[in-house]
Amino acid sequence: MRMSDLFRLSAVAGTVLFASLGFAQKTTLTVYTALETDQLKAYEQGFYKAHPDVEIKWVRDSTGVVTAKLLAEKANPVADAVMGVAASSLALLDKQGMLEPYAPAGLGAILPQYKDKKSPPAWFGMDVWGATICFNAVEAAKKNIPKPETWKDLTKPVYKGQIVMPNPASSGTGFFDVTAWLTLFGDDGGKGGGWQFMNGLHENIAQYTHSGSKPCNMAASGEFVLGISFEYRGNSNKAKGAPIDLVFPKEGLGWDLEAFAIHKGTKKLDAAKKLADWASSKDAMALYGKNFAITAVPGMAPPLPNVPADYESRLVKMDFAWAAENRERILAEWTKRYDGKTEKR
Amino acid sequence: MTDPTVAASYLKLSGVHKAFGAFTALKSIDLDIRQGEFVCFLGPSGCGKTTLLRIIAGLETPTAGRVEQGGRDITTAPPAERDYGIVFQSYALFPNLTVADNVAYGLVNRRTPRDDVQRRVTELLKLVGLPGSEKKFPGQLSGGQQQRIALARALATSPGLLLLDEPLSALDALERVRLRQEIRALQQKVGVTTIMVTHDQEEALSVADRIVVMNHGVIEQVGDAISVYREPATPFVADFVGKVNVLPGRIATGELSVGTFRLRNDATARAADGEVKVYLRPEDVLARPTRGGAPSFATDDPNVFDAEIEKIEFLGSFCHVHVRSDAFAPNRLTVYLSLNFLTEQALSVGSMLRLKLLPERLRVF
Amino acid sequence: MTAVTSPGGEAGAAAPAATRLVQRVHWSDRVAHVWLVAIALLLLAFLAAPLAAILMQAFEGKDREFVGLSNFIAYARTPALLSSLWNSVWVSMAVTAITIPVAFVFAYGLTRSCMPWKPLFRGISLIPLLAPSLLSAISLIYWFGNQGIAKGFMQALGIQQIYGAPGIVLAECFAVFPHALMILITALSLADARLYEAAAAMGTSRVRKFFTITLPGAKYGLLSAALVTFTLVMTDFGIPKVIGGNFNVLATDVFKLVIGQQDFAKGSVVALLLLLPAVFTFAVDHYVSRRQTAMLTARAVPYKALPSKGFDRIMLLCCSVIALLMLAMLGMAIFASFASFWPYNLTPSLRHYVLGLVDGEVGEGFINSLKMAGGSALFGTLLVFFGAYLLDKTKGAPLLRGPVKMLAMLPMAVPGLVLGLGYIFFFNAPGNPLHGLYQTTALLTLCTIIHFYTTGHLTAVTALKSLDSEFEAVSASLKVPWFRTFWRVTLPICTPAMVDIARYFFVNAMTTISAVVFLYSPETKVASIAILNLDEAGEIGAAAAMAVMIAAISAVATGVFMLLARWVDRRTQAWRGPR
Repeated sequence: MRMSDLFRLSAVAGTVLFASLGFAQKTTLTVYTALETDQLKAYEQGFYKAHPDVEIKWVRDSTGVVTAKLLAEKANPVADAVMGVAASSLALLDKQGMLEPYAPAGLGAILPQYKDKKSPPAWFGMDVWGATICFNAVEAAKKNIPKPETWKDLTKPVYKGQIVMPNPASSGTGFFDVTAWLTLFGDDGGKGGGWQFMNGLHENIAQYTHSGSKPCNMAASGEFVLGISFEYRGNSNKAKGAPIDLVFPKEGLGWDLEAFAIHKGTKKLDAAKKLADWASSKDAMALYGKNFAITAVPGMAPPLPNVPADYESRLVKMDFAWAAENRERILAEWTKRYDGKTEKR
Repeated sequence: MTDPTVAASYLKLSGVHKAFGAFTALKSIDLDIRQGEFVCFLGPSGCGKTTLLRIIAGLETPTAGRVEQGGRDITTAPPAERDYGIVFQSYALFPNLTVADNVAYGLVNRRTPRDDVQRRVTELLKLVGLPGSEKKFPGQLSGGQQQRIALARALATSPGLLLLDEPLSALDALERVRLRQEIRALQQKVGVTTIMVTHDQEEALSVADRIVVMNHGVIEQVGDAISVYREPATPFVADFVGKVNVLPGRIATGELSVGTFRLRNDATARAADGEVKVYLRPEDVLARPTRGGAPSFATDDPNVFDAEIEKIEFLGSFCHVHVRSDAFAPNRLTVYLSLNFLTEQALSVGSMLRLKLLPERLRVF
Repeated sequence: MTAVTSPGGEAGAAAPAATRLVQRVHWSDRVAHVWLVAIALLLLAFLAAPLAAILMQAFEGKDREFVGLSNFIAYARTPALLSSLWNSVWVSMAVTAITIPVAFVFAYGLTRSCMPWKPLFRGISLIPLLAPSLLSAISLIYWFGNQGIAKGFMQALGIQQIYGAPGIVLAECFAVFPHALMILITALSLADARLYEAAAAMGTSRVRKFFTITLPGAKYGLLSAALVTFTLVMTDFGIPKVIGGNFNVLATDVFKLVIGQQDFAKGSVVALLLLLPAVFTFAVDHYVSRRQTAMLTARAVPYKALPSKGFDRIMLLCCSVIALLMLAMLGMAIFASFASFWPYNLTPSLRHYVLGLVDGEVGEGFINSLKMAGGSALFGTLLVFFGAYLLDKTKGAPLLRGPVKMLAMLPMAVPGLVLGLGYIFFFNAPGNPLHGLYQTTALLTLCTIIHFYTTGHLTAVTALKSLDSEFEAVSASLKVPWFRTFWRVTLPICTPAMVDIARYFFVNAMTTISAVVFLYSPETKVASIAILNLDEAGEIGAAAAMAVMIAAISAVATGVFMLLARWVDRRTQAWRGPR
């Protein structure tokens, strides 16, 4: 075979391959999600049992990416529904008029603080993910570091360089931590106790990470002793065998909801409503409860081994609207104080 | 400047002008080249000779002017619509193709039958003196051999015009002399009109029917080797082609003098008085011994004077002899003398010579 | 070879009244123009338009109203800007300053010495390309992290912790090494032996030869390599994100703004800043390429290194050290992929592989990755090489060339994140006739090709520049159209470079994340993204395992490409053989 023949052949083969790559999708219900893959499988099976006539196409990524993607696609939406994405993100989408208000069948059983205040609501919560400190007991023992009980403990000099937390400018988890502290200790336009606390915390922070899971993962692998993260990640890491304890500081915990919403303009509104109805049902709540200690419908979750019984009462009173409104100011202030200067410590 | 006796010219350039931005590379070039002629564009680098060749080849477009080939206006024709073969300084042989494929490159495209192509390749390789090298790659050949292949490739399609862009400059001296004679012989055999660009005056003098001497974008002189050499039209030509003695002189009331020395001058009838430069080739000075029996110059000849040898530069069969004379000190003259003459007359540095400046060869500008 | 006359300028006194003479365009040149237009359109549609779609937002407010420069002013006021900008610049310079000499030594050893095991070294040098950037990050953390084996060694060197600038510099050096190497090898392997013979005849010392022949000859390659390295580091966000700690660079700022805060406007402002190096690179490249003359004429004799015991030994030592460092990087990741639970349970197990392949959806991701990589390699190579040829070797259409060249250099400076978002804005826009491509593997493939266009383009240009510039002129005089010469001469001479480009596209497509993360659909999810998700979920071992698998697949593919290269070599490069 001559070279030229080879090129010709590969060109033809390539064209065929190229043509076969695209245009082969069948559309059913496209759902954007930030849920874990193993959770997805369980939820999908549960839904199919109730509605065998609808097929779900999941588009899964981290909360930030999914939200950015939804916003970028605003002009010509691809998603029919959004499931398991932070309520704070959905509030943002709602502000842009991107959500279709709908009162799903199970709405009545959902606690009022876990759903959109409007009626019909633009979104409703599925379960709560709250702030949790992953504390590596092995490393702590090596370094003779006590287990913290409260947020304020974290500002003690003994924790210097041992704490990792998510950067609120890039992680939703980080942001609810900050809003919770501001709610708990005071904001006062930058002068309040919340900022004083963060000033002290900043002295002990080894690293601000870009994701909310990362701090717990780092604590789990012993890179750092403490990771400010969230409950689910703590549980899953502990289940894998990481020598970590979960600490739920007493003052109060920031939290967010994994929430559900229908995308405005979907051509499959009926199917989307079916999913919404199922997602708000007790069956679904029971499935959420396997992973999360608090579900939007109370009493659906069996107690989880590493989570204290009064977990729910430790959650701070979150005002999603306030948080959304003040987000830019808070982040600007936070960035100015702690992110802009990355001096060596 | 063109020979009026020629009826038709094959290549005709009229008013060709080329500017690159603010730089003018060629200024109103007029030139006629006859069918079958071998013409050299000669000049120092930057004189515009290569630009002119590239305009003829269609690799550049003139800013103004007209180019005709065989009666056809080709001023704005793309290269592919012109009729020429070209050999570059770099040869530009296709390194991945065999010699045969290189030579046949232009033939294959013309849907010539395969056997004919093969026959033509064999013929051309024989013509350039490299029969049997079909299967070799260019990298396996010497520079001179590659140049021949490039020639064969350029001639393969029997073009009406052969363009050679400094084809010999990359070769060593011996190869260069050999190949230029071969190119000349080949050109005469094939009869193709040929333009060669060179900066080597010896090369131009030895092969060209006519030489186009260029400088600063203009043609200084067009003529055959002898007239360019013997009768340079401008000081530049005199200076650039061959060796020349340049003496500052004066004309006063029609009389030419250099220093205190009066000269008879047949070649240039220059009436105007003033400062001039006198050009004289070293071989246009005849020498006789100052003493001895050999027939000497007429003593009343105004162009005869005695001089002292200052330096002898040995160059094989003849020597460059540098002489000085009180007559036109502080200027020096260089004279070509045969080695035999020097030994016969037992001349060495410090010896005296009687010299005669041939009056018909003096050029005064 | 300008086909159109330059404007008259100072016409000499004798010049006739100048009507502009313009050469008629031959039909074969028209063909070239049509192709050039096609490539220009392709780059417009898949690069310029998506970029414009996102960068426009830099001038828009919350409700997409035009706000002029206020976003720029707002961003310039944040203290983050200066520190991020400075960090980006100095880290990029540090990486360039380290990588270029090291890669040059390596390339020098590979091309100019007779040391043994050259193919092995060449293979090892490709490791960073084969592995997702996550792999080097995981590996660095396992080596130098707080639980790392070599942490003490690092601290003895005065570096307190790997997170931050040290980690970024190390990981980036590793990551960009093959990019720089690829350009330098091309530059160094195109030497004319006759220059060296001449120098040797004059009794020139090896050192002097190096400084008077080798370095000047490789000047263009060195400069491109440095520019590519600088720009790649500048725009990469993957590595700073995973190992940078709180060390902010411009690229992570984009990430924070776009992903963390969904602030497209400010994100676009930073993205625009990131484009500056590319503009600079383009200017330098433009300036330099005008001075670059062909090094490999038909008369050139390919350089063949002569054995020299001492020199070969030194090169072998240098290359071995570099290769060992690369292997250490890969080795640690392999170790991590088998360790049950780092750092507390190091018993080897396959559970990470099982988890990754079965639970992590990575399995089907591999299929998609392979499709995309194959498509990128094939179409990317054809497009890039043909495009470079049209730009460099055909004539006419001068107004088209500048913009197309600029577009070819641009992708290097575009963070994948920005490109990916631009693709959403552009291709998902209502009424875009190309909307049908959205979420298809075809679009993923195109996006990847565009994302990695520049390095391929530079390699192709370097290879093309080494060819005699008169090939096309000779062809035209022989009435052979350019595409025939392209087919019969240029392509065969350049096939080794093309195989290199294809391999480059393939392995990069296997590991790319940043651009495609926005473009995949459930059916077209690729392995590299699935791995990112594993890492996010804390499955570092599984992520390492899958990263190792990607590296392995890419390695096999590289092996195939090497066999292909050898086969192609034997077919087309016979002329390079001994005299």
